[in-house]
Amino acid sequence: MPMPMSRRTALFGGAALAAVFATPRAWGQAAPPPSGPFTLPALPYAPNANEPHIDAQTMEIHHGRHHAAYVANLNAAVKDHSQVAAMPIEQILAKLGEMPEAIRTALRNNGGGHANHTMFWGVMGGKGGTPSGELAEAVTRDLGGLDKLKADFNGAGARVFGSGWVFVTVDRAGKLALASRPNQDTPLMDGGRVLFGNDVWEHAYYLKYQNRRPAYLEAWWNVVDWEKVATRYAAAKAGTLTV
Amino acid sequence: MAFSLPALPYDTSALAAQGMCQETLELHHGKHHNAYVTALNGLIESKGLAGKSLEQIVAEAGKAGADGAPVLNQAGQHWNHILFWQVMSPKGGGDKLPGTLAAKIDQDLGGLAQFKEAFKQAGVTQFGSGWAWLIVGADGKLKVTKTPNGANPISTGEGTPILGVDVWEHAYYLDFRNVRPNYLDNFLNKLVDWEVVETLLKNGGLKSGQSA
Ligand SMILES: [Fe+2]
Ligand SMILES: [Fe+2]
Repeated sequence: MPMPMSRRTALFGGAALAAVFATPRAWGQAAPPPSGPFTLPALPYAPNANEPHIDAQTMEIHHGRHHAAYVANLNAAVKDHSQVAAMPIEQILAKLGEMPEAIRTALRNNGGGHANHTMFWGVMGGKGGTPSGELAEAVTRDLGGLDKLKADFNGAGARVFGSGWVFVTVDRAGKLALASRPNQDTPLMDGGRVLFGNDVWEHAYYLKYQNRRPAYLEAWWNVVDWEKVATRYAAAKAGTLTV
Repeated sequence: MAFSLPALPYDTSALAAQGMCQETLELHHGKHHNAYVTALNGLIESKGLAGKSLEQIVAEAGKAGADGAPVLNQAGQHWNHILFWQVMSPKGGGDKLPGTLAAKIDQDLGGLAQFKEAFKQAGVTQFGSGWAWLIVGADGKLKVTKTPNGANPISTGEGTPILGVDVWEHAYYLDFRNVRPNYLDNFLNKLVDWEVVETLLKNGGLKSGQSA
């Protein structure tokens, strides 16, 4: 006797649903076919998840084009350097000075771009608000509280001339500090760790904010996921935070 | 005296049919360039710039290295954008270059196609924000080069620019999104006013006429 239709549908539907949840869903532009050890991580939310503060089109281009290009160029750079290709990105960046000279600039720009954007997607998708617990204590202790952190961070982001990033770094003791870097440089290049950071390349905000970088910096706090930042903080203290 | 934002030599909608839309020109000229002028004027007193020409300020700030960066950022960008507006035109583009310029490009750079490829490469490979240039070097020969952020060949001492293209993302993001190579192709094939470039070649570069 054939299985009742409704049950079949339910089983099939359930399996399909499970498959969807099991597979990291790639939003927007699909990653180019794997051509090396580094891969474009899927966005951990839909491209419109940060609306209205960051528009879906910006997210799609930023992730699917800009970040994808850094990954592709990074893979191209390590193609004939198997020892470098086998290293985690944070180690490549921490040891840039020891990398083969012929690919050092490509590693710096594209490896930095890959690490920075991977971090960036991972700290957004939230609803802003305030940090709590140990992280909140560290923000108060080291950065003068959330309001002061926002003002200082936005100021540092506005002062980056040209393309770059503004970061909060964290050391193994859990101490926080503000930092900014040009282009795709990152505190990882100085052996540090990034708690979170914001991209102030014009591509991060031009479609929605045009020349108004300060308005973008202000709005960005509304999409920070403080729980994810807290997870990164705990990882930093445990010595397991990578990019 | 103070620095001022020069009017565009064409309407903000004049380049739309050639790949640079009205909104891009309105923002780029009216907001970005204007902000550099305002910021530069704010530095005249504190940095002791009074009485100096824009070209002199750019050259001195370049020589000062990291200490000169705050001035170079604004002064360089003011000069760079003045040149940029001049070298584009609604009647720009095409492959028919005036005689003197064409002969010099053939002689020094191996011809127009090779020049375009080198210029495009310079623009594509300027990582982050900056400019690509065609300059007359100290040896009198044409050369293609690039500079980051607000720097230019005057601040680096490399030579005299006769053509420059802005590769900050604000210059092309509304029209070309992330695809900088297409913006550069479009600039070379549809926007450059070669008559202006020839004139700059003959005149020894742009004299901004601006001073603090
Ligand atoms: Fe970015
Ligand atoms: Fe510009």
